[in-house]
Amino acid sequence: MAHGHGEGHPIVGHVVPFRLLVSVLGALLVLTVATVGATRFDLGSYNVWIALAIAVVKAALVVLYFMHMRWERPFNAVIFITALFLVALFIGIALADTHAYKPDQIPGYAPKMGTVVQ
Amino acid sequence: MSHAAHDHDHPAHLQHHFETPAQQFDSGKLGIWLFLATEILMFGGLFVAYAVYRANHPEIFLYAHRFLDSTLGGINTVVLLCSSLTMAWAVRCAQLGKQKALKVLLALTILGGFGFMGIKYVEYRHKWHEGLMWGTKYAPSEHAKEAAFGHHETKAAEKPAPAPALPPVAPMTPLAKDVVFEQSKVAPAPQGPTGTVSKEARGDAEHATHTAREAKNVQVFFGIYFLMTGLHGIHVVVGIGLISWILKKAAAGAYGPQYFTPVDFVGLYWHLVDLIWIFLFPLLYLIH
Repeated sequence: MAHGHGEGHPIVGHVVPFRLLVSVLGALLVLTVATVGATRFDLGSYNVWIALAIAVVKAALVVLYFMHMRWERPFNAVIFITALFLVALFIGIALADTHAYKPDQIPGYAPKMGTVVQ
Repeated sequence: MSHAAHDHDHPAHLQHHFETPAQQFDSGKLGIWLFLATEILMFGGLFVAYAVYRANHPEIFLYAHRFLDSTLGGINTVVLLCSSLTMAWAVRCAQLGKQKALKVLLALTILGGFGFMGIKYVEYRHKWHEGLMWGTKYAPSEHAKEAAFGHHETKAAEKPAPAPALPPVAPMTPLAKDVVFEQSKVAPAPQGPTGTVSKEARGDAEHATHTAREAKNVQVFFGIYFLMTGLHGIHVVVGIGLISWILKKAAAGAYGPQYFTPVDFVGLYWHLVDLIWIFLFPLLYLIH
């Protein structure tokens, strides 16, 4: 085979079908409407987790199809996921640490209450 | 097909230290993904600041996010998502050698970038005029407060939280008559210790005053807001510059099925900028 020179198909990389690209955009727009709509419901602390879950699905669509990760060499995915893992570790440990302290032990941040126990 | 590129005269874009175009392309891909990983880590630091501050002071985020315009934020999300599609489509056109479509789609992507920055400018200018800034510059105008909360709510919410009732004290058992206590030499404290109110009582008091209560240290929210959206905005500006450079070279016919690497890699960067915004929009504008 003469290696695909001239007009037609590239010798490297993966060509994403046009219909797939448009479908991904459609899904992203629907999810954007969903994340805005979800704020109309008061679900307490679940609201932030629903917002984050929708954002993760949107991000996955962008990475897999717009960024070709689905057809990428696995090692590039390893690099990407490692970065995400390190950020998750950073946030997780920072939150675990900050939860270990009472806010009123930080000067100037005590919750202002009406009375103090005598 | 047996590693055909060896017996082929080298294309102009193949650097001498690479064996094949495929090797060159894969090396470049590895490099761009490593760069994107460092970008994620850089933004990660700001997301940590956000997470820690929101976990400690949810009331500031509940209060302050109402100063943000979620309609403009939503429009900007759509603008950025659409420009991501035109970028991915442009890469496809470069791969297939569709020169005219490539140029049109790159121009549309740049337009999307300018559209995003234009809306961001409207939002920033509004915050500047209404005193919704970081640090000591935070001085919200009455107009901004009314727009965010309406006048009735703020007035009602300014009443202090009701004092939580103290638990009843159990009566002491009577002591024998001949027991004498020594007088304590420790002076009584001028004020009781803080932090002894039960968590439940504290939660009730906070709920009673709802989200409209003017929170303290709101300037920190705007510090986080301007840092996160500002760093993201800088990335959009850089992206506009990079895509303009690609467009200039595309106009000279530099890209086609044999060589489209810069289009692909700038595209990956542009999608990452989109990716960051996908998280910034709900976390800053859609707090509930």
